[in-house]
This record gives sequence, structure tokens and C-alpha cells, in this order.
Amino acid sequence: MSTPFYVSPEQVMRDKSDYARKGIARGRSVLVMTYADGILFCGENPSRALHKISEIYDRIAFAAVGKYNEFENLRLAGVRYADLKGYQYDRGDVTSRGLANAYAQTLGTIFTESGKPYEVELTVAEVGQTAAEDQVYRLTYDGSVTEEHGFVVMGGAADPTAGVLKEEHTGDLDLDAAVRLAVRALSATVEGTEPRTIAADGLEAAVLDRNRPRRAFKRLSAERLTTILATA
Amino acid sequence: MPEDLGLSGRLPAHYTALGSSSFAEFLAAAAPDLLPARLTLPPGATVEAPHGTTIVAVTHAKGVIMAGDRRATMGNIIAQRDIEKVFPADDYSCVGIAGTAGLAIEMVRLFQVELEHYEKLEGATLSLEGKANRLSSMIRGNLQMAMQGLAVVPLFAGYDLERGEGRIFSYDVTGGRYEEHSFHSVGSGSSFARSALKKKYSDDVTEEAAVKLAVDALYDAADDDSATGGPDLSRKIFPVVLTVDVDGLRRIPEDQIGAVVEEIVAERMTRPGG
Repeated sequence: MSTPFYVSPEQVMRDKSDYARKGIARGRSVLVMTYADGILFCGENPSRALHKISEIYDRIAFAAVGKYNEFENLRLAGVRYADLKGYQYDRGDVTSRGLANAYAQTLGTIFTESGKPYEVELTVAEVGQTAAEDQVYRLTYDGSVTEEHGFVVMGGAADPTAGVLKEEHTGDLDLDAAVRLAVRALSATVEGTEPRTIAADGLEAAVLDRNRPRRAFKRLSAERLTTILATA
Repeated sequence: MPEDLGLSGRLPAHYTALGSSSFAEFLAAAAPDLLPARLTLPPGATVEAPHGTTIVAVTHAKGVIMAGDRRATMGNIIAQRDIEKVFPADDYSCVGIAGTAGLAIEMVRLFQVELEHYEKLEGATLSLEGKANRLSSMIRGNLQMAMQGLAVVPLFAGYDLERGEGRIFSYDVTGGRYEEHSFHSVGSGSSFARSALKKKYSDDVTEEAAVKLAVDALYDAADDDSATGGPDLSRKIFPVVLTVDVDGLRRIPEDQIGAVVEEIVAERMTRPGG
């Protein structure tokens, strides 16, 4: 009988991290950023049916990159968590902080206890009555949470995209300007190579608009995106 | 998947289980004590609780409207004079309730979450028939309570986007679902309201005329049924009226209903029978 090799816990965690990071880096980026009336979500997604951006509750939405079946599973859990909470207490008692916590615990447990970590990265965002009350949480495959301000870029080629946003993003852009900036940022590539062009029908975009009455989430249709991008 | 023992902080297995887009089914697995249909009374026991009374729904050329009086009664006592018994179910449908108010309002709350939950999970809204059937099974779940006197009898109406028309569904306590044509009414004053509508309804009514017909029918119900509240001009408590058409659901503003009520009351000054 062969003796199993000893592998240190550090090594195990490192291997899992590398594995998850590689999986996430394969996909296209999704960005989440604040604009004058709320929060904009935008990502490259040729599919009309498999969404990376989704509504969770009245003022809360979710964006994810990585393995579709894994983040879809987390999306279902999030909707169920929020609807249960809202039914048990009141609609106003459902917060993005609570949801981010539940996700963090879930991802953390999966990362440490199961053989294969989830290859996903999530953003949970909640639009407030004013821009100062907006909340954006970013969650990684190992369950760490960070609260972000301004913008978040997740997925494959995040660095060039984040670079553009760092230069140009401000919170008081109107929707059209914000969408144009988002697309410009997503098209950015590493220095020295040609920027890519992304067609409107290859984009998925949605907003949490603080001026909408109850459910703040609204998808931006391909026609709408085409119009916005044409008037650049 | 092994049963989660609650030792780790991750969301329990029910949350990530696949297969059902129903919130009620999820609730039955994750928190069964929250389901209103799980309540039971000891055999033979009865409970006195507020009852909601009359609801009417009328279809018109562009959609459908639903109106309800504002009274809840408990025996001979008026339990509440400004209760609301007509609720939006989602963007294209509404539900009105007659029967035990506490159970009915909880059922409506569950129904609202049920429709929105389905929409979020599936990325598509249920068909109007699908919504009507879902409500049917929720009423069936309350049969035990109904047999002990705590019945819930809703009226469901909505705009069918596929057919392009307003439709009305009525129910019995066993969850039986029946489609009604043109108009319908449920609750203690429903026979009077229905008779009034029968005499005055025509197929080509406009939305405005339908609102007046419905408020008028509620006036007739209140005239002959002590459990239905008539319009209260001194306190400005008027029926709740919701309208659903191709553009979605909206509530007719209070002042607009006030004007309709004043018109009807003025007419009744000369012809009390309407």
C-alpha cells in the first residue's frame, strides 16, 4: 500500500485559488458602476437567455462572472433568500448587506470544505434613496467581501477596463454617457494592442434606477443600447 | 447532497435546490411554519375574526377593472371601515378578497411574492391562466380552515397579453376555478351587486363607464347588505378601484372615485333605487 503524500494546508488553498482564478479569467468582463440616477451593470454577453446580470429584489441586483451553472445556482439562492426575508418581515428589511453576508458564508464554506471551489466572482449592489446610500459589495470565490465605491470590474481582462474607468469615471454621468463609458472601458485592451469593438447585440446591460417606484431593476434592450451608442 | 446540519454558515440546501420556481414550495421546505395554509384549528372550534365583504370586477373594451368596498365586519360589529380588499397581484393582474380578512390578506401577500418569484427565477412572467391556476391551489390549501368557517374566496382579474383582453376568474372554497364573462362579484353583497350589473352592463362599455358601473353596483350591495360599506362622504372613504389594461395596472386616484361617488349619490337623491 502506498503512503499518501503530505500536502500542507497552504499548498491546498493556493492550488484551489489558482484553479478558481484561472476559471474566472477565461470569461469576459462585467462592470458595475454608479451613475447619476443609480447603478449601471454592463458586460459582454452574446447570449439573450443566459444572463450574467439579474434582479434579486426591489432595490438589489446581482452581477457575476465565471462558470454559469455555479453563479446561476447562487442567483437562485439569492432570490429565495431575499423573497423569504421580505415575506417573513417586510420588503424594506431586505438589505444587500445581509445578502452579501449569506453569499460570503456560502462561498467561503464551499472553498474550504469541498474539493472544487466555485469559479465565480459576484457583485451585489443596492441602490439607495440618494447616491450616498448606494451600496456595492464584491465577493470572490473564497468568500471574501469588499465594499466598493464608484465602480467594480470583474472577470478576464479586468485591468485595462479598470484603467479606463479609473481615469474617466465620475458618479454624476447621465445614463447615456455612463453606457458609452462602460462600452469604451470594456473594449479596452492591454496597451500596445488595438481596442476591440463590441456590437450592441453582444452586450448585456441593466440599471438599478433610484427613480423607479418599487422595482428599481430594468434591463436595457439591444435597441436602446444601439441608439445610445450611435449618438456617441 | 448530504443534509446541512447548520454547522457551516452556508445557505441550506433548499436554497440551491433545482426544479421548482414556486415560492410557496420553497417556503414549505425552508420555513413551513410561515405558510398560512399550515394553520389548523382543533376540531369543532370556531373563531370570530373580521370578514371582508363585496368585490366586483367588470371587463371593458380595453381591459378590466376591479373594485371593493371598504368595510370589514365581525358579527354585527364593523371591525374596520377603511380596510383595503383589492390588491395588485403583479403588473398585469389584481386580486380582490372576500372572507376571513386575516387569512385572505396573508394569502394575497404570498400570491404576490409567488408571481414575482417566478418572474425573477424564470426570467418570464406566468400566463394569466397560469396565475389563476396557482391561486386555485393556494385556496385549496386553506380547505381545512374553510370547513371551520374561515373561508377565503378571492376574485382574480387581469389583462391577458396573449389574447389582448381583460379576463375574470372566480373561485370556490375547494379551489375550483371558473372563468366569468363580462362581470362578476363575490362576497356577502355579491348577489345584489351582480343583479345591478346585469341590468346595466353592455359589451361596449369604456373604462370610465365600467368604473361608474362598479361603484354603482357596490352602492346597491351596500343598500341591501349590512356587511357591505357604502361610500362614506363625510370621512371621504371611497371604494378602491384598480384598472388593468395593455399598459399595466394602476389605481384610479381617490379624487376621481370621489367625483364618481358624488355623481351617483346625486342621482340617488331623485331615484333611490338607481
